[in-house]
Amino acid sequence: MTFPKVLRGRAWKFGVNIDTDQIIPAKYAIYSLGEKELGKHAMEGVPGRETWAGQVAPGDIMVAGSNFGCGSSREIAPVAIRGAGISLVIADSYARIFFRNAINMGYPILQSPQAAEAVEEGDELEVDLEEGVIRNFTKGDEYRSEAFPKFMNELLHMGGLVPWVRKRLQERRVAAGR
Amino acid sequence: MGMTMTEKILARASGRDSVRPGDLILAKVDFAMGHDLTIPPAGKIMREQMGAEKIWDPERVAVTQDHFQPAKDAASATLGRLTREFSHQMGIKWYFEVGQGGICHTVLPENGLVLPGELVVGADSHSCTYGALNNFATGIGSTDLACVLALGELWFRVPETLKFVFHNRLKEWVEAKDLILYVIGQIGVDGARSKAMEHVGEALKSIDMEARLTITNMAIEAGAKNGILEFDEVTREYLEGRAKRPYTPVSSDPDAEYEKVFEFDAAAVELGVAKPMSPDNYAPLSEVVGTRLDQVFIGSCTNSRITDLRRAAAVLEGHKVADGVRLIITPSSHQVAIQAEREGLIRTFLAAGAAWTTATCGACLGGHMGVLGEGEVCLSTTNRNFPGRMGHPKAMVYLSNPAVAAASAVTGVITHPGEVLKKMPAGIR
Repeated sequence: MTFPKVLRGRAWKFGVNIDTDQIIPAKYAIYSLGEKELGKHAMEGVPGRETWAGQVAPGDIMVAGSNFGCGSSREIAPVAIRGAGISLVIADSYARIFFRNAINMGYPILQSPQAAEAVEEGDELEVDLEEGVIRNFTKGDEYRSEAFPKFMNELLHMGGLVPWVRKRLQERRVAAGR
Repeated sequence: MGMTMTEKILARASGRDSVRPGDLILAKVDFAMGHDLTIPPAGKIMREQMGAEKIWDPERVAVTQDHFQPAKDAASATLGRLTREFSHQMGIKWYFEVGQGGICHTVLPENGLVLPGELVVGADSHSCTYGALNNFATGIGSTDLACVLALGELWFRVPETLKFVFHNRLKEWVEAKDLILYVIGQIGVDGARSKAMEHVGEALKSIDMEARLTITNMAIEAGAKNGILEFDEVTREYLEGRAKRPYTPVSSDPDAEYEKVFEFDAAAVELGVAKPMSPDNYAPLSEVVGTRLDQVFIGSCTNSRITDLRRAAAVLEGHKVADGVRLIITPSSHQVAIQAEREGLIRTFLAAGAAWTTATCGACLGGHMGVLGEGEVCLSTTNRNFPGRMGHPKAMVYLSNPAVAAASAVTGVITHPGEVLKKMPAGIR
């Protein structure tokens, strides 16, 4: 997977403390191995968003409040959001396991209290992932996102933890003389 | 500059003399856990995507069949089968089959698999539970677990530590659950986001290990990375005859640096609940007394160990579950169930008209055996009550301790246990 440089899409706005059981109700954990199936039910547990997944156009952007993804460690939460067609999540802040899971999957997420505050549902956004800049065409605004530590950026850009582990396993094999 | 317990464990595991909050480290894992919802994706990622053929150390991994097991439907039977096959193919030593294990966070401590000074990870958010045994334990995702299974190491950001000092002892009826619900009510569901919660003080020294596990279990409900307690005589006694490996306890240095220190008078904490729809929606019990209930659930990794069941049985003894309400009791492990049988607790539960189930996560995450319908009201000894957690998004879940839950099942409305039982018999802990 190559990491995109610029993403463009329509914003979907969510509130604070959206937990993983709202992102993907636990009953759908039976589809743990099916991203598309999970995607069909993404955000179904958020009151008023029961049919949301069906309205997402591929490439749309999710913008949420603080502590996004709190609750369970189930990786099906970011998987379901990606499966629904969301290209990028922007939040005021993230619960730590959701944050780790997204980085480990190589799935782009940004932290921007500015954008979380200002963006409204339906706004047209363009996000420059390398510069960390979010442009709001609907409002004519521009927001900064917070920089991640170097190692997390490297992980994101190499496509997540999978290629990192492959590389490390290879190094071990070489060291063991195989 | 001194270090906290959390920093010392992370420094040792990453081969450094010291670490500071904010450091990104690569650390060796001492023990790892996965279950029927997280092993199938982790195993697939490890083998098919990472290209690893075997796991780093089959003696340092535990796998439980607990979330949707015994299988609740055909799809969860497939997850159970994948979990079973992976465990056998990898030669995982600590595989717990249906009927022989139970909920991961009870099974690992009771088998002496998570020990002081260790770095433990589990592909489940409540893995922070193990920190009551003086280790660093945290929840991770499935890709994380795949990395650990393949390499025995994982990346971490060293957390800032928040210190919670609990002065004095808990009052009569007030349990560890009431204390931690109160704390989460004070700091909020993101009050410790990504940070370490270090708990100390007289109130903790005077409670047993099972109650301590309830405290660290709910660290994640404040957003914490881990919860950790000091090593003492209670820890040493609990581990005697259980610990599967030698261990080295850790303690925080007197000059360790804390981001913030919170001080609480534990004797001032009342019986309490978390009201719908968030674990930080705290209220003293007196505020919700009389709330009508459809279901009472005593279960989960938070509050369904043997001491919890003893208190519930003491309240239920000689009483019946009220008309119009159902009581479901799910022990958190097979060993807990065996002990409950020996002590005659199950007879008390059945005579009261409770449904007694096999050990499983069950209703806690809306899995099976007690899922709630639209508009139903439940009092539960579990850990989280976000919308939809136990079933329908419009079901209302209150969180409480087991004695309050048992008393409320007898009356059908939220009730102080003192209304049903004059005094908790001496020696029931």
